[in-house]
Amino acid sequence: MAKTDEGRRRFIVSMAQNVAIATVGSLLWSAYVDEAKAAPLVLRPPGARKEDEFISLCIKCGLCVEACPYDTLMLAKPGDHKPLGTPYFIPREVPCYMCDDIPCVPPCPTGALDIDSVSEVKDGERIFDITKMRMGVAIVDIKNCIAYWGIQCDACYRACPLLDKAIYMEYRQNERTGKHAKLLPVVDPDYCTGCGLCEHACVTEIAAIKVLPRDVALGKVGKHYVKGWEKSDEARLHGSQGIETTVTPRSQKSPVDSLNEGIDFE
Amino acid sequence: MSRIWKKYRYLILRRLTQLTILALYLAGNYLGWKVLQGNLSSSVLFGTIPLADPYALLQIFATGAMVAADAIIGALIIALFYGIVGGRAFCSWVCPVNMVTDGANYLRRKFNLDKYERKWWASRNIRYWVMGLSFILSFLLGTAAFEMVSPVSITHRGIIFGMGFGWAMIVAIFLFDLFILKNGWCGHICPLGGFYSLLGRFNLVRVEHNQPNCTLCMRCKEVCPEKEVLFMVGKKSMQVKMGECTLCGRCVEVCDDDALYFRLRDFLDKGARDVS
Ligand code: SF4
Ligand code: SF4
Ligand code: SF4
Ligand code: SF4
Ligand code: SF4
Repeated sequence: MAKTDEGRRRFIVSMAQNVAIATVGSLLWSAYVDEAKAAPLVLRPPGARKEDEFISLCIKCGLCVEACPYDTLMLAKPGDHKPLGTPYFIPREVPCYMCDDIPCVPPCPTGALDIDSVSEVKDGERIFDITKMRMGVAIVDIKNCIAYWGIQCDACYRACPLLDKAIYMEYRQNERTGKHAKLLPVVDPDYCTGCGLCEHACVTEIAAIKVLPRDVALGKVGKHYVKGWEKSDEARLHGSQGIETTVTPRSQKSPVDSLNEGIDFE
Repeated sequence: MSRIWKKYRYLILRRLTQLTILALYLAGNYLGWKVLQGNLSSSVLFGTIPLADPYALLQIFATGAMVAADAIIGALIIALFYGIVGGRAFCSWVCPVNMVTDGANYLRRKFNLDKYERKWWASRNIRYWVMGLSFILSFLLGTAAFEMVSPVSITHRGIIFGMGFGWAMIVAIFLFDLFILKNGWCGHICPLGGFYSLLGRFNLVRVEHNQPNCTLCMRCKEVCPEKEVLFMVGKKSMQVKMGECTLCGRCVEVCDDDALYFRLRDFLDKGARDVS
């Protein structure tokens, strides 16, 4: 009897050991991966899907990197502090030159770069349109942009492939001198592709215009604001029930009555 | 010279294959050669044929992502190739980490470390657990979990696209295999090796043992990175059936008595003559 008991104990303890090793291992492993895959500030290649889809699809083959004629794209190395092996670019070093034929997207074997997001098939022929890509959006730092100081500069504006759409120059009076004009670069996120040619061209020591991932840089209004002056936006109100009022016991009387009665804290 | 060739022919051929493949990938990146582009995770052969690592693809499937056709076709081609030729031929003929772990193993034999070291026991099945875990973690974390830590990818990608701190991983594996556990990484932990071991059950190419020739010198077991697969040596004439065999051919070349050689798979199993 005692012998089988000993055997059983041995079995249970060794099972427990195995389970513990597996648990410790997978906790460490998943903790590392979960941290390592989170990189909100990384800029992805043209046509990349949303970051969470991208990070599950990209097989880290580097075919996009090899296809880029400008060596814009890089694969993250250990030590780059980006999700390991995934492609990214740093516009201040090498921006994306917005190739018309977008050589970097079609080689992607897994669809992490979505060819349909930057092209259309017309009569059986694929027509690329690089202006449809949205790798990020340029943001101007108006404290450090010398044009906002009143010094004449339009380097970013001239570098932009979508000049006058993605960046336009806004006229303003120079209030300091009273007699000069300022021409200020302003980015329109509806057109900006995030190529980073502006950031690359910026004349200041650290670029005063920077490309950031769109979901980091852009806000979101929410659906409860309606542009009443735009027909299409106004149309969202069709079929709505009008203004809904929340009714509580206190809101049944008029506010004046409520205030005059005072509040019963009992 | 011919003696060196006889003793090391497969080793030499394997190193040549490994280095040629690496060189072709490097030329693909730096010189734009269209023979092999990409890396071992996924590549393009001759500018047209897609290839992909089936294990990496399974992890991507586990995340629930919809994968484009190229990667699926590529993974099928690779799975078929290794499924037919021999699963772990990948390990001994292609994988760059193999050179690191073989190096550690060589030094181990040279300095007789086996004899003096403190022994750990570790199951060679850990790799299958790691493989199972990698699918679960891929599902939970939404990214191919082993691909985030894989020394195979880090090494191979590192050589082709820039190493960064990746060398630390290589050093770690080398030291682990040299001082901590014999055949530690490739023989116990690497789930990619485990995956190819499973594929290897369908091998066409096999190592065969001819028992009557065997003089029981046991040199084959000394060099074999997966010595369990040679359990029949000196006991029984049969083919090595276990998928863990890496088809490295080291046992074949160290055997002075012609008791081990490569053969095509014996489907009828008539090689298994019992001689006890
Ligand atoms: S569009 Fe051209 S420049 Fe930009 S990443 Fe692709 S290949 Fe490189
Ligand atoms: S080609 Fe696609 S899968 Fe390969 S590294 Fe680029 S994005 Fe990732
Ligand atoms: S990133 Fe700069 S250069 Fe590129 S489209 Fe946007 S504003 Fe223009
Ligand atoms: S290049 Fe830089 S400093 Fe010049 S206008 Fe553009 S953002 Fe301002
Ligand atoms: S076991 Fe893993 S690391 Fe070792 S050779 Fe095979 S694939 Fe490479």
